[in-house]
Amino acid sequence: MSIAEDKILRTEELTLNMGPQHPSTHGVYRAILVLDGEYVQNMENVIGYLHRGMEKLAEARTYPQFLPYTDRLDYAAAMLNELGYVQAVEKLMGVELPERAEFIRIIMAELQRIASHLVMIGSFALDLGGFTPWMYCFRDREKILDLFEMVAGARMTPAYMRVGGVMEDLNQEFIPELKKFIDSMPASFEEYDNIVTGNEIFIARTKGVGVLTAEKALAYGVTGPNLRAAGVDYDLRKVTPYGIYEKFDFDIPVFYNGDSFDRFVIRIEEMKQSLRILEQAIENLPGGPIQAKIPKVIRPPKGEIYHQIEGSKGLLGYFIASDGSNKPYRIHIHGPSFVNLGALPEMCTGLMVQDVVTTIASIDFILGEVDR
Amino acid sequence: MDKTISLDEIITLLTEKYEGYLVKVEDSLDAAIRVKDHLFFQVAKELKDEHGLDFLTDLTAIDLEEGNYRGIYHLMSWKPYRLLRIEVDVSGEEPWLPSITELWPAADVQEREAFDMFGIIYDGHPNLTRILLSEDFEGHPLRKNYITKSRRK
Repeated sequence: MSIAEDKILRTEELTLNMGPQHPSTHGVYRAILVLDGEYVQNMENVIGYLHRGMEKLAEARTYPQFLPYTDRLDYAAAMLNELGYVQAVEKLMGVELPERAEFIRIIMAELQRIASHLVMIGSFALDLGGFTPWMYCFRDREKILDLFEMVAGARMTPAYMRVGGVMEDLNQEFIPELKKFIDSMPASFEEYDNIVTGNEIFIARTKGVGVLTAEKALAYGVTGPNLRAAGVDYDLRKVTPYGIYEKFDFDIPVFYNGDSFDRFVIRIEEMKQSLRILEQAIENLPGGPIQAKIPKVIRPPKGEIYHQIEGSKGLLGYFIASDGSNKPYRIHIHGPSFVNLGALPEMCTGLMVQDVVTTIASIDFILGEVDR
Repeated sequence: MDKTISLDEIITLLTEKYEGYLVKVEDSLDAAIRVKDHLFFQVAKELKDEHGLDFLTDLTAIDLEEGNYRGIYHLMSWKPYRLLRIEVDVSGEEPWLPSITELWPAADVQEREAFDMFGIIYDGHPNLTRILLSEDFEGHPLRKNYITKSRRK
């Protein structure tokens, strides 16, 4: 063997632990990356750090007692989790809701969707090194949380919905404050566009990065904005309207590249549509009771139900099996983040490490919902 | 094959084809069928390829006590919207079900979760390991005979 030959650089695979204490992993999530230089050869998700055994806990709680637990699933979208849960129980019991309750629920759900998307776009920009947009988004999100505090007394974990209606009626200041919020948003969208969407660095780091095609997305069960950014116009609010969504006029934004950039922009567009729904809800908000007549002790008849709603991250499903008692026999929570995360290794293989950070941020998962 | 026929028609077709092995679940709020475990994979494939129920929206299981378990699958199609539940009864200390990761990669993480929580073995799964609990965890917590300790005094 010659000396020159001996000095040839040899490369070998490197295993890199990303997380669970890495700021760009959005909570306690760990990825094991197998790297060839800067490129990801293989990726493995390690989750469960936040597992609290929600489904087991539910079996020892009554139906109303479990409601506050749902707030802690996707803690950036508590109202939507509650909505899915109470609607599932109502479906099981066959409860009809007063119209005002339905409208209030829609207002809360759409506000929550905006709040959740604001977290996503703020933290996305933050992960790519932009701190200012994060402050802008949280400034606007704070207004929504203030509105929640006004009606429910809590910002993040409102426990506002009830089986058969909502906890309390809107107070006098709520609608004027909500209108103020809606009026303030167009200026904010302009700010987001100026500071993030039109930013050269942001575009360079997100366009064409972490592409998820429509076929792959459907095969992996990916839903929500991540699916719609891949060119599929599937939104449960249109496909099979639950609650009273059929009364509202709104569009489903669709983007076609399926890359991180599209997954970002679609969320801004969805917020605009949510504002349209809010405007219509305020305009048509009827009077009347906010709670249907339901028995004091909730004992759904024996049977099983699967109910799903369009959460902020995708299809949020509740499977409830009742044995006729006041406690659920089994509750299964289908968290969209859990399934969306399952597609992440496939999306990240072949990317550079910096693009993995981008892709993780663009998927928008919340570990509370992944680990349950 | 017409991929938009109604769930009722699909259920009628299947119950006739697999008479004795596949029944409609009566008195169910959702459309549901119950199928014998050895035919489950075939039926799932048929629903996916021939009837257009090509989206696996949820996969889980339920403990029916005394060593009986039920695999629960929700298949759906988006347009037109149809949702069908498939129930597969299994039993034993190590209940066994065929894996459907081949048909839907979406089943991968969900089967691992059901294995973690119920100890159901999904045959053919590429990497059937615990997903939410740590590897040294003993038992399967969503089984009814797994008793959680109360911290209340």
